[in-house]
Amino acid sequence: MASPAPALAESPAPDRRPRVGILALQGAVREHVEAVRALGAEAVLVRLPSDMAGLDALILPGGESTTMRRLIDLYGLREPILAMARQGAPMLGTCAGMILLANRLADDEEPVLCLLDATVQRNAYGRQLESFEADLDIPAIGDEPLHGVFIRAPVVSELGPGVEVLARDEADRPIAVRQGRVLATAFHPELTGDRRLHRLLLGMIDR
Amino acid sequence: MTTQTSTWATKVGLARMLSGGVIMDVVTADHARIAEEAGAVAVMALERVPSDIRKFGGVARMSDPKLIEEIKEAVTIPVMAKCRIGHIAEAQILQALSVDFIDESEVLTPADEEHHIDKHRFAVPFVCGCRDLGEALRRIGEGAAMIRTKGEAGTGNIVEAVRHMRAVQKGIRELQGMREDELYAAAKELRAPLAVVQETAELGELPVPNFSAGGVATPADASLMRQLGAQAVFVGSGIFKSENPDRVARAIVKATTHYDNPDILAEVSAGLGEPMHGLELGEIPVEERLAVRGW
Repeated sequence: MASPAPALAESPAPDRRPRVGILALQGAVREHVEAVRALGAEAVLVRLPSDMAGLDALILPGGESTTMRRLIDLYGLREPILAMARQGAPMLGTCAGMILLANRLADDEEPVLCLLDATVQRNAYGRQLESFEADLDIPAIGDEPLHGVFIRAPVVSELGPGVEVLARDEADRPIAVRQGRVLATAFHPELTGDRRLHRLLLGMIDR
Repeated sequence: MTTQTSTWATKVGLARMLSGGVIMDVVTADHARIAEEAGAVAVMALERVPSDIRKFGGVARMSDPKLIEEIKEAVTIPVMAKCRIGHIAEAQILQALSVDFIDESEVLTPADEEHHIDKHRFAVPFVCGCRDLGEALRRIGEGAAMIRTKGEAGTGNIVEAVRHMRAVQKGIRELQGMREDELYAAAKELRAPLAVVQETAELGELPVPNFSAGGVATPADASLMRQLGAQAVFVGSGIFKSENPDRVARAIVKATTHYDNPDILAEVSAGLGEPMHGLELGEIPVEERLAVRGW
């Protein structure tokens, strides 16, 4: 059953703080809340469709994508998230969030939200023993490298035509991408104090 | 791009990714699939759940690597496994099997009654149990990337889990109320490294995620532990020793996410069938309690 689409904020007054929803089914929710608040925006935990009224942007956090994909449908969140995307609200997916956003998943797995024209491969580097940290060049957010933490991380294995690559790994595979107002990273910007990707997300909100 | 694997940030990072979730004990690949399907964030691969370990008696050891491999094959969520306290070789074997987390666990028979494993020497992250703040901080000092309060495993009785979680939280509040120069004596009393004590006082919480284990048998138990400060819950015998494991597993997952929403808790608690039988703590002789293992 399709849930009614939540109303987006109506042309906010310029001084109103943006309201950023964070999908809070499980995962690194707290860390995204801290990042959003540090930038002066309001953080809203999203667990049910009723939590989504009046949001300006949405973050899909790191965690276990297998768990989140089940809970998204269990709580009827899929349709309200898609409605938000249709209305042009910017979205950021980190790690598990990137998997949830992808149009296609490797190994014939069923995709979830289909908001990013890319094929994403889960656990592309291997199990936890292969988790790593690295400094990343991301020109879209400035010259200073961003320190990326990759945990059982995915990569983008195939890109659609409208998708811009923001960063690549050592093997030249995309690990940060943008398509329209959808941003996705294979790593966890929420785990370090670097707020530049969150700022990029907030900058895409219509004001 | 220079990369560094198995750093402290990646170890604690995985623990953070499991926050808000349920980690379920499983003894077969089929159990593991049921757990994953129900929404578990990770599974703990075991030969026997704690209540059976209790019944079976004898020495409880690391699981057969064959079983762990089967469970790894069956699911895509992280797989954890237990080694005995102080059993460096069992931990090395689990690391060689590429499990995602090792639980140095009091549920198994201790191999060393003085020393825990030096967990900094391992690439795989560790979780350890605690009954109070001092025990938690000693384990973090040894390199544990996640803490879980012990509770009393295999009882289906939440009372010890509550006692341990309250003890940890109270200990943290006491540290927060201290002057900086009082933290030296606090570290001495807690028998924990000063640096970890200072970090905890400053953060107002443990420097690594704090989960709850040992005694969760119902959705309400999971909600209770979350409300007392657990960031996630481990469920052992409570699921696969209940009348309807699949339904109980799903209900506990929902209760963990919506722990502060009594309407949803009421809904998921209804009609679950018989929970695991459960044990009153008074029925367990002190020498048979698992939580007192570890030092």
